[in-house]
Amino acid sequence: MIVQSLAFYLFAAILVASAVMVIAARNPVHSVLFLILAFFNAAGLFVLIGAEFVAMILVIVYVGAVAVLFLFVVMMLDINFRELRSGALQYLPVGITVGLVLLVELALVLGTWVIVPDLAAVSGAPTPAPDQINNTHALGLLIYTHYAYLFQAAGLILLIAMIGAIVLTLRSREGVRRQNISAQVSRRRDQVVAIRKVPTRGGV
Amino acid sequence: MANPLVVEYLPILIFLGIAVVIAGAAVGASFLVASQKPDSEKVSAYECGFEPFDDARSKFDVRFYLVAILFIIFDLEVAFLFPWAISLGDIGLFGFWSMVVFLGVLTIGFIYEWKKGALEWE
Repeated sequence: MIVQSLAFYLFAAILVASAVMVIAARNPVHSVLFLILAFFNAAGLFVLIGAEFVAMILVIVYVGAVAVLFLFVVMMLDINFRELRSGALQYLPVGITVGLVLLVELALVLGTWVIVPDLAAVSGAPTPAPDQINNTHALGLLIYTHYAYLFQAAGLILLIAMIGAIVLTLRSREGVRRQNISAQVSRRRDQVVAIRKVPTRGGV
Repeated sequence: MANPLVVEYLPILIFLGIAVVIAGAAVGASFLVASQKPDSEKVSAYECGFEPFDDARSKFDVRFYLVAILFIIFDLEVAFLFPWAISLGDIGLFGFWSMVVFLGVLTIGFIYEWKKGALEWE
């Protein structure tokens, strides 16, 4: 038990510190690297509360894919970050407002659990006890049957993201020579080779 | 008493600790033991004899981004497959076909991107 609380404070401290560094780091690439560290520590916290599936998905999807995407975006946008940062103070009121709204919403969510402790009984799908069923299995029992429409909606959103990314970023370049294998294979000898009778001293 | 699932992860925590100690020792020892006499020529970027042309962080081709986003989408698709594969015995035919429809929707996108040539590099 003591190991668990020690691990919690370690992960939480590193998480908060690296989250601060994401905003404070001068170099945007360093920001993204601190973001990856924050994701890893959040995965550690999820393991500590017993949500191992969410933890593994956090490592696979966020660290493996989203962070790489952020790195690409940071390197692709040729932005002068020093210039961008100089005007950051004028956005401070908007940032504080957004942060406050988020904080109030979080307080409301947590407050509901404190005010009505037996809320879990009326929820759509009560959480099973962790010693009876592992939580990947518990998720699988719900997602594909009870939440089938939301699951299909997730599929449609992924489809839209795929098509949107292609429409926005795919452009074909002119004048690029490509290998067309079927054209190569279907070429016949009489289309490309001609035998001519060349007169002596005449040339072709 | 701690959650038994968390106890199973204790070896990973120990591995993590060992890895941090070894990595810290390797970097820290070389920082402490090795003699360091930096000068501007030693610490500047070496580009095969001439002055570096440009900053190393140049712009990327936007197609790297397209490949990364398509990777994320199929990554998420695979993430949905894990709980489905574990609970397939309990969710019955409806759960099975629910996943088949989901895969079908994403296959439409896959055919679209294949036909558009988004997977080809030129």
